[in-house]
Amino acid sequence: MSTDIFSGSYDTTQGRVYTLSGGDWDTVLGSTAGERERIVVNMGPQHPSTHGVLRLILELDGETVTEARCGIGYLHTGIEKNMEYRSWVQGTTYVTRMDYLSPIFNETAYCLAVEKMLGITDQIPDRANTIRVLLMELNRVSSHLVALATGGMELGALTAMTNGFRDRELILDLFEMITGLRMNMAYVRPGGVAVDLPVGAEKKIEETIKLLRTRFKDNFNILVDNPIWTRRTKNIGVLDLTGCMALGITGPVLRSTGLPWDLRKTQPYCGYENYEFNVVTENTSDTYGRFLIRMREMHESLNIVEQALTRLKPGPVMVEDKSIAWPAQLALGSDGLGNSLDHIRKIMGQSMESLIHHFKLVTEGFKVPAGQAYVAIESPRGELGALVISDGGTKPYRVHFRDPSFNNLQAVGPMGEGGQVADLVAAVASIDPVMGGVDR
Amino acid sequence: MSDKEIITTNETPILKDVVKGAFGSSTSAGDTSGFGGLVTTIQATPSAQRPYGSYFDEIADALEKALPSQKVTFEQAIERVVVQVDQLTLMVKKEYLKAVARVLRDDPALRFEMCMGVAGAHWPKEKNRELHAIYPFVSITNNRRVMIEVITSETDPHIPSITDIYPSNNWHERETYDFFGIIFDGHPSLTRIEMPDDWVGYPQRKDYPLGGIPVEYKGAVIPPPDERRSYSG
Repeated sequence: MSTDIFSGSYDTTQGRVYTLSGGDWDTVLGSTAGERERIVVNMGPQHPSTHGVLRLILELDGETVTEARCGIGYLHTGIEKNMEYRSWVQGTTYVTRMDYLSPIFNETAYCLAVEKMLGITDQIPDRANTIRVLLMELNRVSSHLVALATGGMELGALTAMTNGFRDRELILDLFEMITGLRMNMAYVRPGGVAVDLPVGAEKKIEETIKLLRTRFKDNFNILVDNPIWTRRTKNIGVLDLTGCMALGITGPVLRSTGLPWDLRKTQPYCGYENYEFNVVTENTSDTYGRFLIRMREMHESLNIVEQALTRLKPGPVMVEDKSIAWPAQLALGSDGLGNSLDHIRKIMGQSMESLIHHFKLVTEGFKVPAGQAYVAIESPRGELGALVISDGGTKPYRVHFRDPSFNNLQAVGPMGEGGQVADLVAAVASIDPVMGGVDR
Repeated sequence: MSDKEIITTNETPILKDVVKGAFGSSTSAGDTSGFGGLVTTIQATPSAQRPYGSYFDEIADALEKALPSQKVTFEQAIERVVVQVDQLTLMVKKEYLKAVARVLRDDPALRFEMCMGVAGAHWPKEKNRELHAIYPFVSITNNRRVMIEVITSETDPHIPSITDIYPSNNWHERETYDFFGIIFDGHPSLTRIEMPDDWVGYPQRKDYPLGGIPVEYKGAVIPPPDERRSYSG
């Protein structure tokens, strides 16, 4: 055999194994005559159709996938470990980077857990909760738009991709206006949110909703009866209710089996019980059903955003308890969002106690009573659970995120095995895993 | 605090951690307050007493009724019952974890269809009970939640796997093994999942260093996060 390190061969207990990297197929085909052929293809982690740095290890029989396994860990950054060395408030800047397409959900799950342990859940101002709901639903839309965009791209529907990313940009603009950042905002904080909505935000959101509704119609019409799209997605990647239960699958994949399980309805948080919306379900259990669910959920989300806008009443956006509430007032300066000059003037020039308090809270942080809490919210991908453990100190003792992408990727095998490679791509896209959340 | 008043019981408090100084810093550099000699002990949340409140009593009753079908009693299987921040946690002895999990899933009164994975926690100062594994369960039928916590020691880090009862725990157990070195007996393929296969050590244990290098910024040298002046941990 050749001495090429990328295409050698070696003996194993299973027979001779040949490693191929392309271009040398003929030489190997000649030498394997008579041997049992078992082809294992490594797809990813750098592959445009694996939805991020996901590595799929496929055993193939021609075009048919006989066994599919995932290799993950390429985006592991040790966020959970890092948080153990930072204060409770700094934790939000870490969790927001986990599932980077739904940062507001990560922050909210974490903050709800911290607030639960602090025992201040009931003291969170209404306005803060309404802003959280508003941003979460906008975030759900932007996340679903990426799911449709990348899912479309992976199946060759490039217009779905360009449309999806174009429309997502509108929501990212809103995020930038409200939080100062398009992604990874660290905007939701234990006790409320970092800063109130800027002047004119409501009007801008209303305009964007109007525009999005017309755009959704176009996107929907491009795909919904499109013969190529329906043939690529109908009856593809099927996972029935039993399979979902066994594999702990939640979110659009579970709802595509017809089960209306949505934590916003069943175990409400942040005041979701006060909003009117439908839990969207389909009963096809396939990729097409999940596509329809995401499309319709975006409409429901916009309805919730509209209701949230009418519910916004003037008031504080942070708890009153000054031993928890972040002391700084933020303001938008020429170089971005930062401490307001008025606040700095006050603590530096007028009130020494405020300065001490500010310093203590920023450097030392607040203490959280010892204990543990698990809080789950409905992220665009399913149940996002935050398990937070405190030893009574000013830093998290341990934070664990039960990320829906991580759990749902276990369904790749059951969904894809027995189908073709191209169908496996559709199935993975319908799970919509975000590798930042999977690996953390 | 929303926690119910701590009810005094006869049970011996479980020591979880000991911290020193006014801020509980583990590094001596942090505390310049003059209270560096202070020693504070952190104890586990005491056991809850009946009635537990909410739907928790119904879960406990159903377990008491159903566990004998697995040839074990409630008192044998469940070490302690803890109610904190409106959440029920059952501290289950590891030998009976599978019996409890099976009953949680199959008993009509319980019907916890889904296990939301498992998370580890490392308490190095809790002697012979260093490694904790926490399993959240959710019941779709009854719209309820319960948590199970299993404790084992560093010297014998074995806990039975529940992947045959809840297949969804496959990856979660691999992750907990990867980061904490808890060995889930009976898992079909307990290998590392996030870290490379040849990695040495269990990164999320407390005695595993965070790592990092000092960084110079505008003339000042900033030490890595785990070597900075700290106020806790």
